[in-house]
Amino acid sequence: MSEMTYRDAINLALKEEMRRDRSVVVYGEDVALYEGAFKVTRGLLSEFGEERVRDCPISENTIVGVAVGAAMGGVRPVAELMTVNFALLAMDQIVNHLAKVRYMFGGQLTVPVVIRMPGGGGSQLGAQHSQSLESYFMHCPGLRVAYPAAPADAKGLLKTAIRDNNPVIFLEHELLYNSKGEVSEDPEFLVPFGKAAVLREGSAATLVGYGRMSILCLQAAQLLEKEGVSCEVIDLRTLCPLDGETMLASVLKTGRAVVVEECWRSAGLGGDIASRIYERCFDTLLAPVKRISGLDVPMPYSRKIEKLCIPQVEGIVQGVRDLLAQSY
Amino acid sequence: MEASLRELLSEGELIEFYRQMVLCREFEESCAEQYSRGEITGFLHLYSGQEAVAVGCTAALHKNDYILSAYRDHAQAIVRGADPKRVMAELFGRATGICKGKGGSMHLFAPELNFMGGYAIVGGQFPIAVGLSWASQLREEDRVTACFFGDGSMNQGTFHESLNWARLWELPMLFVCENNFYGIGTEVHRASAQSALHRRTCGYDIPSEKVDGMDVIAVYQATKRAAEWVRERQRPYFIEAVTYRFRGHSMSDPAKYRSVSEHEVWKSRDPIPNLSRRLLAEGIASEAQLDEIRDRCTAQVEEAVQYAADSPWPEDGEVWEDIYV
Ligand SMILES: Cc1ncc(C[n+]2csc(CCOP(=O)(O)OP(=O)(O)O)c2C)c(N)n1
Ligand SMILES: [Mg+2]
Repeated sequence: MSEMTYRDAINLALKEEMRRDRSVVVYGEDVALYEGAFKVTRGLLSEFGEERVRDCPISENTIVGVAVGAAMGGVRPVAELMTVNFALLAMDQIVNHLAKVRYMFGGQLTVPVVIRMPGGGGSQLGAQHSQSLESYFMHCPGLRVAYPAAPADAKGLLKTAIRDNNPVIFLEHELLYNSKGEVSEDPEFLVPFGKAAVLREGSAATLVGYGRMSILCLQAAQLLEKEGVSCEVIDLRTLCPLDGETMLASVLKTGRAVVVEECWRSAGLGGDIASRIYERCFDTLLAPVKRISGLDVPMPYSRKIEKLCIPQVEGIVQGVRDLLAQSY
Repeated sequence: MEASLRELLSEGELIEFYRQMVLCREFEESCAEQYSRGEITGFLHLYSGQEAVAVGCTAALHKNDYILSAYRDHAQAIVRGADPKRVMAELFGRATGICKGKGGSMHLFAPELNFMGGYAIVGGQFPIAVGLSWASQLREEDRVTACFFGDGSMNQGTFHESLNWARLWELPMLFVCENNFYGIGTEVHRASAQSALHRRTCGYDIPSEKVDGMDVIAVYQATKRAAEWVRERQRPYFIEAVTYRFRGHSMSDPAKYRSVSEHEVWKSRDPIPNLSRRLLAEGIASEAQLDEIRDRCTAQVEEAVQYAADSPWPEDGEVWEDIYV
């Protein structure tokens, strides 16, 4: 084990998998010479050379399409889209091709593709650069979706993603890159998909998060503990497959659920999760499921009002207080 | 032999070119300082080095021509006539900003000046420019749409789709590529199979030319000719302005991928001294006059910073405004 940042954990996963399997290649805009807009691909070009680590033009739809073709041809591409916002230019290849070719060709092929995308809001990057599009991907059958919160999971999930024969959308939060945690240096350390992590045990309410939202949930739980409120925190880790069991077992125990999503509330993944909780825990619930979501607005630039649009720790704390006050 | 400036433009126009370039430079350098103080946050892409392109092009266009740009847009907006105070207030995220503090550095917009926006999705502005141009065609307005973009954006599908479309529908458009040789850290020949960028329009039967983007007079003349051609024929034209950004891609980029010597060569071609030397040599302006202009620009930018700092923040309820009409 050693302490490292979320960024370095992802970097290590890439290096280990490239060392292990020569068919793994990395490409994207500014990933090689520049070592990534967020410096996640540092040292890759020098270790693996230009053949396996390549810069490419600003052509997102083609970045994804090339990955589909390369995977069909026997390569294991790990492509980077500089940020998730640019995945919107690649939705044709992601949704119409990457997610569907295996199915529509009757299972005759696999597309072991990983598309890495940093994203999320909170850095005053304005409406076109601050989006949380996880629900878009989760909505589409055929895609795996991972969104690590902790450095160890960032490493373990990415390694699993690269070894998986399914297409994986791998989301990284820009504000987590510098966060630190203990990470295994074992090159066989993997974190399975579809297995949520219980970040903290508690009895009064279950806080469900993913990505940076899990970190906020944890911070909220720490504050609530000082008020004598014990919260369990579930980090989903992968949105598809989604680990219903861990989450539902927790809600059956606590009787209360707060779902925190960074994305827009309307048709956001929190609604899907809440409905799963209602379907299985209806009789046990002591209060309606609480959703804390990104506001249904394009992100404003001004930092004074930007923070109103993204879930905050204080909002989660208040949400739990409301839930307790509201309980049947 | 260079033609004498007086044969090309009036003294007043020449001095105005100088003033505008200096204003933009002062504005951008002040932004860098405000960014390091934490007053400006988010992404900040500065235009220092490229001033001759915005100034020369804008001067050659009519006031009712449309202009669109990418995210490196402060100078484009200011040269078009946007008030530096309100642009700075936008960068400070204040309610008095040109977009109420909601857009920020990358998203300036001033329809009253026919400045139709700065867009942060690389290549996002191409089809929008086509649409604007089509609207002016339908409404029988005498308007050229000038679409500015970087070398890197020419590899986006929208570039190709829009050029084809503009030619097919015979739209009066001027495509202005600001080739500063880099898209973030990727040099143009590493991203474009044809690195003579102006030659990439032949597949769409759009005539093109390359111009020295460090020379405001050359940019002005080329744009003037091109815009007249577009207006007369009602067809698109393409200019590649060869230029250089003196700073990194954005404030977070130390630009280590460029050599010091390369940077030095371009610095020696700085469009501002490039013009002032000629103004002095031809006796169009005196040293003292140019100094005075610079001082006025500095003061104007200081005033803009003060205005921004004194401006109120947006009200919380503002987040819900402007989503729908
Ligand atoms: C669709 C999309 N992909 C990637 C980016 C990230 N990005 C921002 S600017 C840029 C480089 C653009 O270079 P160029 O067009 O030459 O413009 P310059 O910055 O040199 O003015 C990239 C890749 C983006 N904003 N939008
Ligand atoms: Mg460029």
